[in-house]
Amino acid sequence: MPNKKYASQGHYVAPLEDTPVAPIDKLDESQKARSTWADAWESMRRRPTFWISSVLIVLIVVVALFPGLFTSVSPDKNCLLANSNGGGEPGHPLGFTRQGCDVYARLIFGTQASVTVGLLATLLVTIVGIVIGALAGYYGGLLDSLVSRLGDIFFAIPTVLGAIVLMSVLPSRTPVTVALVLSIFAWPQIARIMRGAVLSAKNSDYVMASVALGVSRFKILLRHVVPNAIAPVIVIATVSLGTFIVAESTLSFLGIGLPPSVMSWGNDIGQARTSIRTSPQTLLYPAAALSLTVLSFLMLGDVVRDALDPKARARR
Amino acid sequence: MLWYAGKRILQMIPVFFGATFLIYFMVFSLPGDPIAALFGDRPPAPGVIAQIRAEYNLDKPFIVQYFLYIGGLFQGDLGTTYSGRPVSDVMASAFPITARLALLALVFEAFAGILVGLIAGLRKGKWFDASALVVSLLLISVPTFVIGFVLQYVFGIQLGWFRPTVSGDAPWSELVLPAIVLASVSFAYIVRLTRASVADNLNADFVRTATAKGLSRRRVVTVHVLRNSLVPVVTYLGVDLGSLMVGAIVTEGIFNINGVGGTVYRAVTLGEGPTVVSFIAVMVIVFVVANLLVDLLYAALDPRIRYAK
Amino acid sequence: MKRSRVGLGAVALLSVGALALTGCSSSGGSENSSDANTDAIITTNGSEPQMSLLPANTTETGGGKIMTSIFAGLVSYDAEGAIENEVAKSIESEDATNWTVTLEDGWTFTNGEEVTSNSFVDAWNYAVLYDNAQGGSYFFDNIVGFSDLQNTKDDPSGAIDETTGKPVQVGDPLAETMSGLKVVDDTTFTVELANAEADWPLRLGYTAFMPLPSAAFEDMEAFGENPIGNGPYMLDGEGAWVHEEKIDLVTNPDYDGVRKPANGGLEIIFYATQDAAYADVLGGNLDVLDAIPDSAFETYESDFGDRAVNQPAAIFQGFNMPYYLEHWSGEEGKLRRAAISMAINREEITDVIFQGTRTPATDFTSPVIDGWTDKLEGADVLEFNPDEAKKLWAEADAIAPYGDTVFDIAYNSDGGHQGWVDAVTNSISNTLGITAQGKPYPTFAAAIDDRDNDKLTGGTRAGWQADYPSLYNFLAPLYQTGAGSNYEDYSSEEFDNLLKEGGQADNVEDATAKYQEAQEVLLKDLPAIPLWYSNVTGVSADTVDNVVFGWDSVPLYHEITKG
Repeated sequence: MPNKKYASQGHYVAPLEDTPVAPIDKLDESQKARSTWADAWESMRRRPTFWISSVLIVLIVVVALFPGLFTSVSPDKNCLLANSNGGGEPGHPLGFTRQGCDVYARLIFGTQASVTVGLLATLLVTIVGIVIGALAGYYGGLLDSLVSRLGDIFFAIPTVLGAIVLMSVLPSRTPVTVALVLSIFAWPQIARIMRGAVLSAKNSDYVMASVALGVSRFKILLRHVVPNAIAPVIVIATVSLGTFIVAESTLSFLGIGLPPSVMSWGNDIGQARTSIRTSPQTLLYPAAALSLTVLSFLMLGDVVRDALDPKARARR
Repeated sequence: MLWYAGKRILQMIPVFFGATFLIYFMVFSLPGDPIAALFGDRPPAPGVIAQIRAEYNLDKPFIVQYFLYIGGLFQGDLGTTYSGRPVSDVMASAFPITARLALLALVFEAFAGILVGLIAGLRKGKWFDASALVVSLLLISVPTFVIGFVLQYVFGIQLGWFRPTVSGDAPWSELVLPAIVLASVSFAYIVRLTRASVADNLNADFVRTATAKGLSRRRVVTVHVLRNSLVPVVTYLGVDLGSLMVGAIVTEGIFNINGVGGTVYRAVTLGEGPTVVSFIAVMVIVFVVANLLVDLLYAALDPRIRYAK
Repeated sequence: MKRSRVGLGAVALLSVGALALTGCSSSGGSENSSDANTDAIITTNGSEPQMSLLPANTTETGGGKIMTSIFAGLVSYDAEGAIENEVAKSIESEDATNWTVTLEDGWTFTNGEEVTSNSFVDAWNYAVLYDNAQGGSYFFDNIVGFSDLQNTKDDPSGAIDETTGKPVQVGDPLAETMSGLKVVDDTTFTVELANAEADWPLRLGYTAFMPLPSAAFEDMEAFGENPIGNGPYMLDGEGAWVHEEKIDLVTNPDYDGVRKPANGGLEIIFYATQDAAYADVLGGNLDVLDAIPDSAFETYESDFGDRAVNQPAAIFQGFNMPYYLEHWSGEEGKLRRAAISMAINREEITDVIFQGTRTPATDFTSPVIDGWTDKLEGADVLEFNPDEAKKLWAEADAIAPYGDTVFDIAYNSDGGHQGWVDAVTNSISNTLGITAQGKPYPTFAAAIDDRDNDKLTGGTRAGWQADYPSLYNFLAPLYQTGAGSNYEDYSSEEFDNLLKEGGQADNVEDATAKYQEAQEVLLKDLPAIPLWYSNVTGVSADTVDNVVFGWDSVPLYHEITKG
């Protein structure tokens, strides 16, 4: 049909035998259609960043689960003030904290609490944020108003106030409870971002096309809108992972986070505050561990995001 | 559009009551007796505490306290702090300063963040992108109190470019350094967000079309790529305004700024219900309005987004 | 989430009970710097007063340093804490119970009103009267008739106050004026005490005892905003107090007491954190700072050289072990208390954690108080002695095994205590091999709540700053049976009797001897484990001279010269 149109305008039109459309029109029905996610995996596994970040994350998780494998020095016993803020020495490569504890051992043993807080809070916030934000943005109307205003209320509550109240009510303070408290006040952020992205995505041509094809609205949301709106959420989530770990330090510092007996990078960063000018190393090492963790997740997030985006894949 | 905005303004009413009720209840549930704490290690003569509790209605059940507060609110009385100052006075001195600080921080993170993010996104994988990543990582993993301390020491004391703390009137010029410190973490977010969106949009059909049409790269980038990349960034900025105002506790402390964050924090630790609730009530209005503006901006940035009725 | 704080807020709360009391000889240093500009305004740090500026309602340092600058009481304190007459000509008694106060002629308030006997008597009655709810009323509790102004009738319905557990009070107080206060004439009044107190005049420099002009009683609320005093300084006009920001004081031209200012006034800038104030002195925006933040402990001496001050002050710090806890009472408790005390290396902790800004304690008072000694019998229990500590701990275990119980020390985390609490618990756990750790509470209110309600699970941080320079002030309020701040229920008949005998002694020397004996009882029982005395640390910019700190950790502002 188009041939006719263009032909009438005097353009050159290739003869049918020169344009091999026919074989493509035939589908190999025996092969199962690859989903977006399978496509994503195909693209990811070809990228070195994916493997570097994955290895780092696995390493961090192993350290978090089995700290004893990486050091034989006790992180909180026999801390001697004689060693306070001391530099590295054999057996204590990174030196000592202000209380005279081994910095390296504390880094290793602090991984568990910090990574738990960071990962769990990020996961909770992301899941809740994506679900609520996607529903609000996609369906709009009353649901949107309700959910968005609820988010406004939660966001208005000062985290300090919420944390003091919740931590006083909760029977124990563990990385899990800290993650819970942080998530309760942070989900509206991701929900808003997701909602904004869904608003953009739901008006795209491919969504229109699916609607025209009679695909159910919910299926469109899952198959087309969410994967295309998720990119900014992944960015925010990976950055948030780091800020949650730092936020734990702030809460602990205020006495509403982890008790001092639970080791965490955040606790050590907070404790190093008084020695910034004289012994910056006590601050730098936990901050570096934190950076490395955030970096691994940022890289992974980048790869995942690219992989989910067919346009970005196409170019490579 | 007008109808939409009006509807949103009306929604403020339930949000206002929901938030004030919830927050009043939380302050009420704070552990310990706030009045006893005022006197420290040394309790006053018997009766003094009971009398002050009565003065602030703390001896009444929660729901009575809340309605007394709301009742006063409608008569323009926001209650008093434990030092006897009207809360409205405290708000009148804290909000203008915080508004200036937050605005400066917002402008800084928006401009610097979008610029850096844009360049990083356009040159993905190049050295600029890598350095932007390193700076972002630094800002994320080093807490604000360290960044603030270091910047204050270097630029305020060693180099003397800025006044190390902010004087009482808090003029714009003195708020520049605190605003940069306050914006640092959000700056990292914006850089990452913009970078991702820009890199994403560079591959979009409309950009290819625009390029194919022979538009200059500059025009493609500013009109097509950037504009379409701003939806998540603008959303983030809208949400961030609130945390810049209430969450500035550390920054305000370092630079001795008498603002909202510090006041709310102090009021929380002192258990001063009327102060916390009054401040947060204003913040709720700020949130709702900011989010409304963001929603209206969506329509301008992405013509496909339309609001029903 | 950027919500954190650097030693914010409760700084003022921590040192409640502390008051700024300046005093010095009239010659104080102004002559030897004749080139100084007597109009210069000194800028210094402060904090927003917790209450309006009324003498008996100001019980914290922020308001205290303002009150002592704008008011002159019967006496004031010099740098060492000795009293000097201000408005008083004489304060005399033959039996330490009946006191006659004679006033110097010619004192006026800045509104021109004369300072008379009534200025004091009316102010003191106002301070005590129940309806006025003044936080400092307890300072008058030894005056005959005190309780009549405080007590009202029990509520006939039998209602009980939840917080105090006592009947709710209704109706008017039984009296409006204390019967122990009698005005003889404009310049003489008499005071009758309920119990003899040889060093009673020592109290009188404290802010609660300042006089009030009659204008104050017309509208106390307005007065508290713009107080009219009779001190070396006065407010710089209406609105000199800019809330949360600063207060401007100028010299009072009519002041002719012992604290004649050598400068033109004070600008007291309020800081929420000491770190900010420190940055301002470094940056040249502040002349005098009277507290060094812990982040500058390691650097303030190199930053300021001989402009840095670090000297003992009237602040005692330690931690208390409640008697209601298992393992901590009776003979077992006594052994454990001594063991814990000897397991703490005070010397090392003050050196490393505090960088020498604390002085290891040798008693329960402070080195700046007259009569202090480091030679009390039994004071060796305050020395680090790991072997003896282990031995005593083992002896206690023989009575009842301690087991795996965690030893904790409670503290409010908004006051910068974690560093030393961790060091102390580490020292204990390294020495005794038990699990010892800090127990942070988010707010001061939460911390004292458990303390008030006997719900502590271990030790609790304790600090005491003297209101007036006397041994008695460090002992009676804290360790006397049933005393207001004796939260941990210590009770010793021997100690109580010695305190009483000290109060009734004819002269201050005899009283001191009794108080020291009483302290020796405390050293055996250890109701509190003394740790150290908090030094006053301060720095001043090179714009000012003659910066001398008083016994109460506050600079003698009137002596400072500038220019």
